[in-house]
Amino acid sequence: MSRERLLNALLLAGLVVVPGWALWADEPFTITLATRAVIFALAAVGLNIALGMGGLVSLGHAVFFGIGGYAMGVLASHAQSYTPLYDGLFTLEGTKAMPVIWLVAAAASALAAWLIGLLSLRTSGVYFIMITLAFGQMAYFFAISWPAYGGEDGLSIYVRNGFPGLNTLDPIQFYGICLAWLCLALWGHARLRRSPFGLALDAARQVPARVQAVGLDPKRLYLVALVISGAVTGLSGALFADLNRFVSPSMLSWQMSGEIMVFVIIGGVARLFGPVVGAVFYVALEHWLGGVSDYWQIILGVVLLAVVLFGRGGLIGLVCGKERPDA
Amino acid sequence: MTLLSLSQLTASYGATQALFGVDFEIAEGEALAMMGRNGMGKTTTVRCICRMMPAKGALVFDGHDLSRLPSHRAARLGIGLVPEGRRCFRDLSVTENLSAAARPGAWDAAKVEALFPRLGERRGQLAGSLSGGEQQMLAIGRALMTNPRLLILDEATEGLAPTVRAEIWAAIATLKASGMSMLVIDKSLKELRGACDRVVILERGRSVWDGTMSALSPDVVEAMLGL
Repeated sequence: MSRERLLNALLLAGLVVVPGWALWADEPFTITLATRAVIFALAAVGLNIALGMGGLVSLGHAVFFGIGGYAMGVLASHAQSYTPLYDGLFTLEGTKAMPVIWLVAAAASALAAWLIGLLSLRTSGVYFIMITLAFGQMAYFFAISWPAYGGEDGLSIYVRNGFPGLNTLDPIQFYGICLAWLCLALWGHARLRRSPFGLALDAARQVPARVQAVGLDPKRLYLVALVISGAVTGLSGALFADLNRFVSPSMLSWQMSGEIMVFVIIGGVARLFGPVVGAVFYVALEHWLGGVSDYWQIILGVVLLAVVLFGRGGLIGLVCGKERPDA
Repeated sequence: MTLLSLSQLTASYGATQALFGVDFEIAEGEALAMMGRNGMGKTTTVRCICRMMPAKGALVFDGHDLSRLPSHRAARLGIGLVPEGRRCFRDLSVTENLSAAARPGAWDAAKVEALFPRLGERRGQLAGSLSGGEQQMLAIGRALMTNPRLLILDEATEGLAPTVRAEIWAAIATLKASGMSMLVIDKSLKELRGACDRVVILERGRSVWDGTMSALSPDVVEAMLGL
C-alpha cells in the first residue's frame, strides 16, 4: 500500500470515528464542526473534478454551491409555509424530503454549469477565470435583489429536512448522511479518473491539440467535467443549507468560490483526498485560531503561501511526495 | 479508390505563406512517402490535412470535404496522426495513453502490444519516463487505437537509435501488409523505398514530383532532396 493510500485510509477512518470521539470526550459541537468540514470537502471534491482533472480554474463555483443552497431553501420554505411554488396550469408544491431536494439541487446546479460552461469555455486561462467570476457576481447580486426569498437577509428554515428512516435532527445521523455523500463522491471521482472519459480529460488538460488529433473535442470534455463538478458542488450546497437551516447570498459570493479553491489547493490539486485534507484543515484552523484572534486568516494566508511555494501537491504532496494519486 | 485528395492546397502562418500549392492523392491501401528538405512544408501539409491549421484549396477525405471540419471531426472520419516529436500524454501511463484514444474497431490494446511487445512490458509506466523509441511506439499505438483509415507518420524515426528505427520500420511494414493506408514522412530514402508505394516531393511549399518509388531516379533525388 502506497503512503498516499495509507494516508487516505487513515483520514477516512478518522472521519468515521469523529462522532464516537465527540461523545466520549463530551464535545458534541465537534460533530457540527466535522459536518461542516465534510460538506466543504464535498464541495471541493466537485471543484477538484474541474480543476484537478480538467485544469479549469473556476472562480465561480459558489454559483453551484449557492444554487444548491437556494434549491433547498426555496423548496423547504414553501413546504413549511404550505404555499405552492407554482399554482397555474398545475400545482407545484415545496418539499421537506431531502432526496427530492438533493435531486433538484444537483440538477439545477448541473444545468447552471452547462449554461455557464457553454459561454465560458469559449475562452481559456485568465479569461475563463474572469468569466466564471462574472457569473458568480451576477448570481450573487441576483440573490440579493430577490425579495421573495429573503434578499440580502437570506432565508431561514425552521426544521431540518427529513430523510426516510433517519432522524436528521440528530447531529450524528445528519453527519452520517453527509459523510456517506462524501464517500460516494470520492468513490465516483476515483472511478471517473480511471474511466476513458477521465483519461481523455486528463490528456486534454496536458495537450489539448493532441486530444483533438485522436478525435476528441476538448471543449466537450471540459463541459461534461464542469457539469459533473457543478452537480456535486450543488449537492454540497443543499447539505450546507440544511446544516445551518439557513441560506443567504453569501453562499454565492466570490469569497465562497475562493474558499472552495483554497480547500483544494491546500489539500492538493488533483489528489483524490486533497479536498478532504484542505477542508478539514481549514475548518480546524478556523475553529481553533478563530477563538484566539479575529485575524486568523492571516495564518491561513501564510499556510497557503507555504503550500504553494514548497509543496505543489498541497499538504498531501508534502507528506506523500510527488507520487501519483491513488484511485 | 481515392482516400485522400489534396488539390492546390495553400496555407499561411500569419502573413507568411508556407504552402503555395500542394497536390497529391492517396488511394485506399496505399503507402505514400512525403519527402523534402527541411522547411519545405511537409509538417505544414500534415497540419492542414489534420485540420490543425486553416488551409485553402480542395482537401477531400473519403468523399468528405475537410476544409470546414474542426480537427477532432477530421480525426473521427479516420485520420490518425503520429505527430513529429511523439507528444504522448506524459502524465498518463502506457495503458492510459492507449485507453484515452480508444475508439471502436479492429485495433485494441492487445493488438497494439502485439505490434510493439515493449509497450506490453511497460503498461503501467508513465509515458514521460519512456525512452524516445518507446514513446514513438506509444504514439503509433495511440493513433492506431483510434482505428484510422489513414495513418500519418510525421518524422517516423527522427532521432531514434538504429535498432529502434528498425523496429519502427518493421511495424510500418506490418501495417502496410495489413492494408493500412499511410502517409509517411521521413528522411531515410532507403527505408521509405521498402515501405512505400509512391513518393511525393515538396519544394518551397509546392509538390514538385509525384511518382512511384521505382521511378525515383538518382538525378531527382540529388536535385530535389540533396541526397
